[in-house]
Order: sequence, then C-alpha cells, then structure tokens
Amino acid sequence: MQKVYHQIDHIAGNVITVRADGVKYRDLAQVTSRHTTSLAQVIRLQDDSVSLQVFAGGRGVSTDARVRFLGRSMQVPYSEALLGRIFTGGAVPRDKGPQITENLIDIGGPSVNPAKRIIPRNMVRTGIPMIDVFNTLVESQKLPVFARAGEPYNPLLARIALQAEVDVIVLGGMGLKHDDYLYFRDTLESSGALSHTVMFVHTAADPVVECLLVPDISLAVAEKFALEGKRVLVLLTDMTNFADAMKEIAITMEQIPSNRGYPGDLYSQLAARYEKAVDFEGAGSITILAATTMPGDDVTHPVPDNTGYITEGQFYLRNGRIEPFGSLSRLKQQVNGKTRDDHRTIMNTLIQLYSGYRETVEKQSMGFRMGEWDNKLLKYGKRFEAEMMDLSVNIPLEQALDLGWEILADCFDAIETGIQSDLLEQFWPK
Amino acid sequence: MSNSTGRVKGVNGNMLTVEFEGAVSQNEVAYVSEGENRLMCEVIRLRGRRADLQVFEDTTGIQIDDEVEFTGELLSVELGPGLLTQVFDGLQNPLPQLAEQCGFFLQRGTYLDALPRDTKWKFTPKVKQGDELTAGETVGIVPEGIFEHAIMVPFNLPGQAKIKSVVEEGDYTVSDTVAVLENDDGAETEVKLMQRWPVKVPIRAYDERLRPAEPLVTRIRIVDTFFPVARGGTYCIPGPFGAGKTVLQQITSRYADVDIVIVAACGERAGEVVETLREFPELTDPRTGKSLMDRTVIICNTSSMPVAAREASVYTAVTVAEYYRQMGLNVLLLADSTSRWAQALREVSGRLEEIPGEEAFPAYLESVIASFYERGGLVSLKDGRKGSITIGGTVSPAGGNFDEPVTQATLKVVGAFHGLSRARSDARRYPAIDPLDSWSKYVSVVDDESVKAAHALLRRGSEIGQMMKVVGEEGTSIEDFVTFLKAEYLDAVYLQQDAFDAVDGATAAERQQHVFAVMLAIMNAGLKFKSRDEARRFFHELTQVTRDWNRAPMDEDKFKELEDKIKGRITENENNAKSLSSD
Ligand SMILES: Nc1ncnc2c1ncn2[C@@H]1O[C@H](COP(=O)(O)OP(=O)(O)OP(=O)(O)O)[C@@H](O)[C@H]1O
Ligand SMILES: [Mg+2]
Repeated sequence: MQKVYHQIDHIAGNVITVRADGVKYRDLAQVTSRHTTSLAQVIRLQDDSVSLQVFAGGRGVSTDARVRFLGRSMQVPYSEALLGRIFTGGAVPRDKGPQITENLIDIGGPSVNPAKRIIPRNMVRTGIPMIDVFNTLVESQKLPVFARAGEPYNPLLARIALQAEVDVIVLGGMGLKHDDYLYFRDTLESSGALSHTVMFVHTAADPVVECLLVPDISLAVAEKFALEGKRVLVLLTDMTNFADAMKEIAITMEQIPSNRGYPGDLYSQLAARYEKAVDFEGAGSITILAATTMPGDDVTHPVPDNTGYITEGQFYLRNGRIEPFGSLSRLKQQVNGKTRDDHRTIMNTLIQLYSGYRETVEKQSMGFRMGEWDNKLLKYGKRFEAEMMDLSVNIPLEQALDLGWEILADCFDAIETGIQSDLLEQFWPK
Repeated sequence: MSNSTGRVKGVNGNMLTVEFEGAVSQNEVAYVSEGENRLMCEVIRLRGRRADLQVFEDTTGIQIDDEVEFTGELLSVELGPGLLTQVFDGLQNPLPQLAEQCGFFLQRGTYLDALPRDTKWKFTPKVKQGDELTAGETVGIVPEGIFEHAIMVPFNLPGQAKIKSVVEEGDYTVSDTVAVLENDDGAETEVKLMQRWPVKVPIRAYDERLRPAEPLVTRIRIVDTFFPVARGGTYCIPGPFGAGKTVLQQITSRYADVDIVIVAACGERAGEVVETLREFPELTDPRTGKSLMDRTVIICNTSSMPVAAREASVYTAVTVAEYYRQMGLNVLLLADSTSRWAQALREVSGRLEEIPGEEAFPAYLESVIASFYERGGLVSLKDGRKGSITIGGTVSPAGGNFDEPVTQATLKVVGAFHGLSRARSDARRYPAIDPLDSWSKYVSVVDDESVKAAHALLRRGSEIGQMMKVVGEEGTSIEDFVTFLKAEYLDAVYLQQDAFDAVDGATAAERQQHVFAVMLAIMNAGLKFKSRDEARRFFHELTQVTRDWNRAPMDEDKFKELEDKIKGRITENENNAKSLSSD
C-alpha cells in the first residue's frame, strides 16, 4: 500500500523532513507540490520523522506538498533497449524515446566477493602511444584522468571509448556542460558507437541530487551487461562534481566535514563506485575511466587525492598532453610483458631519456653550458613531444614501438641508450 | 545470559538507534531483522534505554520498530586449527566458502563458520589427569600444515585448574571436547580444539613482555641495514598514493623471516588482495620449501565492503596473531591501510555526533591507535618459550602530508618509521623509503657505526645535490662532486632494490653484511679524478658492475668475480691517485 503524507515539518536545502511511519531506509517517495514534482529518497529515520533528499531539489517544495512513499528503493530499468538511448541522472529519457519500465534492477548493489576476482590480463588498445606504450590500460582497470578545468579530458575519454574494443559503453555525465553532452552524443552518433552506448547525463543545469545517482545507475546497468558476458566501458565525467554534490548534501545534513568541507566518508563513497570495476570469471568485465578535475590544479585537493588512493593509477592531462611523469597504470605489468619483446625496454628507455631532456631544458633555462650530450637530448625531446606525446597521434602499439626505435636511432648512438645488446641486434634500425 | 531485545528507533547510514529492554553491554553483538535477513551489529554507545549500534552491513530496507536481538556476547572470533591458508572478511567469514554459497557478490546477512566443523584433526594430549594448568598452557597438539598447533587452556580461565579428564590420542573436530578442567571450587571448564575470543580484548595469557631485541630480517636492504624492524617491534609506512606502500608490504609478506604472516587488507583495493590470493599458493616459502600460503592468513575487508566490518578487521587480524604467538611462534601482522581503519572510526564518530578533533577524527584516535600497536610485542610464555607479534601498518595521509592526525598518532607509538617520498617514487627509486626522513629504534643487521657513517654520507650528498641545482656543476668543487657521486652510488646499488629480480629482490642478512662492508670501503676510499666527467664515468661504470653483482647469486663464481672487479676499480684509482700526488 502506498501511503500519502501531507505535513512537511522541515525544509533545508534539498532535504525535507516529514512525519511518517512504516517507511524503510532508502525508500523512494514522490514529492508533489503546486509547482514541482520529484522523486526523493529516505536518508534518515529518527522515531517518527523521516528525512528525504529531494532529487529535483528543495526549491519550490511547499509545506503542504504530498509525499507518497513508493515502498521500494531506487531502481533502474535494464534491457537491451537501453542501448542507443540517453537518460537523465534520474533515469528519465532525455532523448525523445519512450520511458523504459521493464525489468527494474536495484542500484548500489553489494560488492563483488574478492575471492571471485581474477588477475586482470587483457590490454585495452587505445591508439594513443602515451597510453599503449607507457601506461597500458587493462580490461577491468579503474583509472581517472586528472586535469585542470579546461583541459580536453572529455574528448580524450570519447576517443578512448571509440577506439577501445568494447561491447557496451555506459556514459555517466555529472554536472556536464550542455555543450559537452552534445559533443559526446554527436561524436558517438557520427561514429556509429551510439548504438551500443547508453548515456545517463546530469547536466550542470539539472538538480544537484540527480548528480548523485549517476554513478550508481551507470554502474548498475554496466554490471548487468557484464554479467551477460559483455565487455563494458564506463565513462564517468566529472567525478569532482559528484563529490561536490555529496559535500552539498552532507553540509545540509549538518555532518561534520573532515577536509575542506567534504564529508568524512568521501573515500568510502568514491571507492564503492570505483571498486565496481571487475573482470568476471566466465562472464564480461567493467572498465572504468573517469575524469577528475583538480580545483586549482592541485592534486592534493581531497577529490583527486582520495581518488588516487582508490584507483589503479591515473593519467595526468596537462597542456593537452598526457604527462609521462606522474601518470601511472598500475596494471600495465600484467599485460606489457606479453605484447612485444621490446615493449618494456622501449617504455623505460624513452622515458629515461625524456627525463634527461627535461633536466637539460632546466639547465638551459638557468643559463648553464650545453654539452654534446645535452644537444642530443634536446633534439630527442622535441621529437618525442611532437611524435609520441601529442594527442593527435593515433597509431597502433606496434607502430609506436617502431617509431620509438626510429627516433632513438635518429638522435643517439645505440650504445648511449643503455639497451641490452640482444634487443639492439633485433630492433635497432640499420 | 541476558538476551535482551529491542526495537529500531532511528537509522542513519550504518548506524541504528535502538530502544531496548533488559540489560545490554557496550560492544555487545546484536542482530537486526530486515525482512528475511538478520544483520549483525555492535553496540557502540548506551544512553538510558537507547543504544547506538553500528551495522556491519548495508542498512537499506530497515524500518522503525524492526526487531533487534542482543546476543550478550562481544564481537569474537574463532581460534583453532584450520585458520592458516584461509581468506576471511573482517568478521571472519571465509570468503571462498561465501562465494560457493552466494556466487559473485557478497550477500548481506550471510555468516559462515570460520573454522570447518567437519574436518578431523589428529590430537595428541600433552597432559594427564591431575595436572595443574592455567590459561594459555598447552593441553595437547594437532598438526596444522607445517606447524605443531597447540591446543591451549581457554585464555579466560581464571586462576588455575586441574585436568579432570583428557581424551586419548585420536581424530577430533574443532567442536569436540578434548579435556575437562576442574578448579578448587569444582567448577568445570571444557577444552575444545577451538575457542572463541573477543577481538577488542588483548590475549594476555603469557608470563611477561620483553623488549624486542632481535632483528626481523625482511631481506629489503634499506630496511634491514638502515631502518630495521625487530621481532616483536612495530613500524609504520606512511606515503602518498602510488609511492609503493602495498608493494613493500607484499614483498615483506613473502620474504620476512617469521613463522606466520597475517595480511590485513583493510579498506584498500580488492584487486591487490587477489594478487596475493592467487600468487601465494604458487610461490614457495624459502624457509620451508612449502607453499607460502601455508604460513599465511588473509583478513580482507576491502574498500567497498561495509565500513564497520573494516573497523573490526584489524582487531580480527591482531587476535589471530595473538593466538599463534601464544604457541611460541613469531607472527608478522601487515595492515594496509591503517588510515582506512581510522576513517572508519571517523565515520562512526561523526554519526554519533561526537565532538570532533583534528580533521574530524575522534578525540580518542590516538589512544585507539596506541592500543592497537601495543598488541604487538615479544613475550615469554608460561613454559619459558618466546613468541612475538610484529606489526607493520601503512598510513595513507591526506595529500601525502605526514603532518596529519593518523601519521602523527602512529609515529608516537611505533619503533620504526619508513616514510615513502613522492620524489623518490617519481624518480623510480624503489623502494621509495626516504633515507633522510626515516628512522628506527631497533638494531640493524650491520654495526651501528657503519650505518651512521653511511647515513652521514647520504645527508652530505643530498646537501651537495641541492646546492648544485643552484650553482651548477662548475660551481661545485671536485671533492664535493665526488662525495655527491658516492652518495648517489650508495643509493643506486644499495638502497634501491629491484623487487622483480629473483636475486636482487631479496638480500639475506649475511649478504647484506658482506656487501655493506664493501660499500663502506668505497665510501672511505680516497678517490681522485682529473675532471668531473671522469668521475661521473667512473661511478657510472661502477654502478653498472655493482648492479650486476647484486643480481649474482652469492654461491656462484660470478659473485666473487664481480666483487673482485669492483674492488679492482677502486684500488686502481687509489693507486693512480697516490702516484699523482707523489709526482
Ligand atoms: N619496489 C617497487 N618496484 C617497482 N615498482 C614499484 C615498487 N613499488 C611500487 N612500484 C610501482 O608503483 C605502483 C604503486 O605502488 P603501490 O600500489 O605499492 O602504492 P601504494 O603506496 O600502496 O599506493 P596507494 O596508497 O594508492 O595504495 C605499483 O603498481 C608499481 O608500478
Ligand atoms: Mg596501496
């Protein structure tokens, strides 16, 4: 039976409090006022008072609003019909398609038993040398892109999504600029990828509480696809907006903040989402790529900081390029020994020399004298930046490795690279 | 036993407010009914007729007036044969068995026995009727893998009691009674192969605590030589994300010279536990030639598992450690990461609306951390044997800044500090333990004076390096430049260690002593060079040769050859220097 209540005691921010009984923790309710109607979720029970978080926000909710409890917690439809569709953070169609009501599944389900996990083993090819060669992405990895606002992290995510060989793409947009939303939609559409994509998009103009639902909805759907054997890539952009939405609710609920206003459970909340990345033995997988913007370009800000402690590495996007230093794929060693014999050596050698180049540039800027070796490094660094680091470069791993050898041979004598002789014999351009 | 009942009056995250009848005690375990599920909780505050309970599960679906049953028991674990090789969650549920029952996902409200009830263990009594015993003394033994597992008088037995009866040698399950004790008042106590113990209460059934004196060899050079750990000591590894805390602990869990390793994966990535879980059964323990898993217990409450159970997990781990210590074994407990445990405390404290301390951690954070590390230590048992627990905890400070409550509270109580630095990990100088910041109060595998000398060189080298950034190489005297190169050399070939090389990855204590003597000789050598470039080339080559030396097994000819080569280079330079100065 669905009960209806009319008396709202308290409205603060996006949280309302009503007196009600028989309500379950995390149940949903429909809140209807003169001007607005919205779903809301129970976030606290105390004796006979029930606090709810109103998805469309507290604005316009009146004290005589009707609160009808639905007797269930948040769910999302799951079926093949989701593919090619676009929804809001509240799972309402954003395109002109029909609402899907069949086969509702719970969101925010339990975590995978660690004993059922397997060691990741498949490389995800992106065609981006800074990823494929230096920080290989691995199926079932969880990896954020750390960037300052304004960096092209969304185009980077879109490009990886298009190039990766996956069965299903789930895009979760949080606080997305409308233009960015259209960019994703059009890019996926024009490449034909939209037909195996489902998008849950909360834009900057939408109610903030809906932003909170996006990761859970996206990952619940992804999990179902993965259990059916699909390799799923989940893109979450921007997780900093998600964290900020949590902060807003926490402050409304008068929780004691731990660090710069963020709630004390920020780590657990982020981890609960990122840990959904998994490779199911005998079924599919979930790989999570996220964008985490760094306020003030500060990696010690609580959101990137907590994220770094959770994810399996990170890509730093700076000045439109993936930085080789600081970027790290913690799972790369699971796969880069099985690609080509020279992969690890090329990876290490090119990076060491590039680091030498950076030092030389510094010395040069301080006015120190440039020796012969410095000049070699300078030549090398310029080629490396233009032909490897530039994000417009789009070549398969093998070609990138060949290019690495070619650049080395152009700039150095074989002996100066410190590469072991059997590899030199096999790969050094004659 | 009370077995009081109550009803839910409030739900806030994983916290319940419950109105109860009868008597309820602090930290008592209760179960709340949610539909078909019975979810485990723990009492964490009592105020009048209301109790605050933290639920070890997700609380979705609980409603006002749902029933709560109190058990009258504190949160406890099962201790007995069959713990080794297992993988448990924070509440000691065996995860592989849970997976068999529930599939891919953890299902709330499913609790399984930690120890298999049907396995038979061959029990050999070590006492006879009439023997007088006290808590913790051995009644008999059963073989558990490579160990003689002692079956002990329950740790909570007050005073002493006489053996009234004891079974004959034979096969028994963990719930079979193998002996009955009777005290002077005629009260009887049954001894089973298994006993239960409340996790938050230290086991103290030993004679006395001793000062840790012996080094615990980890085979990590920078640790054993420079910042040693002692058997029965405590140490911490703080470091920013990605600096190598987990890798360091993984290496330690493989090579540490102890009997038993307890890995507590506390609020970190599940994927990392999986590596241990899948790889350990395949790896052989160099000490025993058996699988590494045979000496390992994994307690695993990873970041997406319920947070209250995460808080419990470190206590579960240390209780299991104490149990094996009681048998006279050396146990190593590795907790990754203690910050996640502290954060679990913070979440609870926040929901209780306690007055927060720094960064919203509870005011009692320090004392909680201190009493956890206090459960480590070296003890002499009642029969004179010794047992130890060494505790190593990682710390994940916010922003990588050690000036935060968890790191600071930990530093106050541990005996060694292995601080990882971002600069070293970025430069791929692994293990990234900062040689200038870190410290240890324990005894090194080499002599103290030599370590001090090496330390001084590293410090001087770093100062020169800083200066050189400003004035350039040209502005640095050649003597200073050579000192700088010597420090860099020591760093490159001794502090740094290639974890993935079979030989270099693990350096035994004797080898460390041998190699360090050579290092010392090089540090003290009066090397002379005509130019900085010549000096650089010399050390570059010396580094290459020494790295090869590090990769050569000590019992092979190559080891001696390379050592001679290194010494030859030094003598050659010294001789040249002499002839130069006599010119
Ligand atoms: N001793 C080592 N040798 C080689 N590589 C290492 C070593 N230690 C760490 N690394 C590299 O650094 C990565 C991160 O290390 P690790 O997972 O131990 O960091 P962490 O300090 O535990 O980070 P977090 O706090 O995020 O858990 C590893 O995946 C590996 O690539
Ligand atoms: Mg770690």
